[in-house]
Amino acid sequence: MATHVERLTRPAVRVHELTRRFGDTVVLDNLDLEIAPGEFVALLGRSGSGKSTLLRALAGLDQGTAATGEGTIDVPEAVSTVFQDSRLLPWQRVLRNVLLGLSGSKAREKGLEILAEVGLPGRESAWPAELSGGEQQRVALARSLVREPELLLADEPFGALDALTRIRMHALLQELCERHGPAVLLVTHDVDEAIVLADRVVVLDAGRIAVNQTIDLPKPRSHRDPRFLEYRYQLLGALGVKEEVA
Amino acid sequence: MTTTTLSKPATTVAANITHDVVRPPARRRLGLGRPIPYGRILGPLAVTAVWWVASATGALDPRILPAPADVFTSAVNLTGNGTLVDSVLVSLLRAGQGFAIGALTGIVLALIAGLNRVGEAFVDGWMQVQRAVPTLGLIPLVILWLGIGELFKVVIIAVVVAVIMYIQTYAGLTSIDSRYVELAETVSLSRWDYIRLVVLPGALPGVFVGLRLAVTSSWLGLVVLEQINATSGIGYLMFQAQQYAQTDVVVLGLVIYGVFGFASDAALRVLERKVLSWRRTLSG
Repeated sequence: MATHVERLTRPAVRVHELTRRFGDTVVLDNLDLEIAPGEFVALLGRSGSGKSTLLRALAGLDQGTAATGEGTIDVPEAVSTVFQDSRLLPWQRVLRNVLLGLSGSKAREKGLEILAEVGLPGRESAWPAELSGGEQQRVALARSLVREPELLLADEPFGALDALTRIRMHALLQELCERHGPAVLLVTHDVDEAIVLADRVVVLDAGRIAVNQTIDLPKPRSHRDPRFLEYRYQLLGALGVKEEVA
Repeated sequence: MTTTTLSKPATTVAANITHDVVRPPARRRLGLGRPIPYGRILGPLAVTAVWWVASATGALDPRILPAPADVFTSAVNLTGNGTLVDSVLVSLLRAGQGFAIGALTGIVLALIAGLNRVGEAFVDGWMQVQRAVPTLGLIPLVILWLGIGELFKVVIIAVVVAVIMYIQTYAGLTSIDSRYVELAETVSLSRWDYIRLVVLPGALPGVFVGLRLAVTSSWLGLVVLEQINATSGIGYLMFQAQQYAQTDVVVLGLVIYGVFGFASDAALRVLERKVLSWRRTLSG
């Protein structure tokens, strides 16, 4: 019980005065960010604004690279990452990809369950090459969720999908996040995607947080809602896009 | 019930459509298309047919190249007195042992060099030197060390095979996509699981390229070894035949080498297709 309370009160992610440099270029500049347990945060920003660098720092993928810097990062023990490409091992069948690094009959059962949840029941013994792009990304989602993450990091996970598939994947991700309840940091350049999915949208500019906007709309959200359009107008403005909203 | 009223106009519409249908343009197929069943046997069969016809019409002097029938007859004769079977078995054993030992050594060395930096420094540096030295040039030295027995022949074949296997396996190991390494890190794979699930399967295509190159090289090494200093084997049989100008036996030896080389390569292809069934390449 005590640990449960602690989990609720302590943020899932706490980034404090984080700086990252590549040579002389400062990519993240003294950045602070907290994400509450179960909170869905979308990270927007123009290319080069440092959003991928932040995500990679949280995923622990910037060790041994050219990046230097200081600051503290607190993340939970169980972190899963979804990449823009599904990154399935082509020589492993679907279920083996989902269970990568896990073993035992219990894990197998859970893997099959989660495959059904992402809409791919019965496809466990297919090769990745036999799946469509959207299906491959569903498998990647299953691979990250089967580990019961407290934090899910997603780096433009739907960026390579067609518009229709992307809409379907939004609904799926929303459903899965409600069921499994991880904190989510979703890096995207799609403003609509951010507003549809996120509890809060953070806009990065030149390595600093320029906008920190809570999206106060009931889910599921409609693109036609005037408040949706208002958020859209605001965020596009923060990204430097001038647009007339009719 | 509407069908009766529509039946008449429908036909005219259909007629119009067949007239107006625009067929999609026939695309030029750039892939290789369907593989011909047992296609690879066609080349050797065609060469044999030409040889046959040339001999039968007298265009080919039997002193230069005996007719296929003569080669076949000498094969039957030599099988009858047991010489051929014995020679083939001895040669097969040498090539097989050398190949097995060499392939294993090459793969193990590649793993040592490909999986850590110290191994890379010592093993890869040395293997690059080894690669530059023609292995058959080692023959005099190895004879001094091991004598002219079976061991020396197996060792030379093993070295030839090991160098080829090393180069291909090492290339396979070091060319693994860094994105998969990143993935392995994010799912916290243990080092052993990383090697077992990511590195080895990723290097397997390279291993097969190596195996197919190496298996023909092991036959190549055998020809040389059995003709320099042997008292048994196919090469020895050919060497003796040369002394007595029995061209048919010499050609028979060449045919046997060819058949074995072709068969072992074909067997590896079948194995490769089974093991790498996840791959979809041009060769289908």
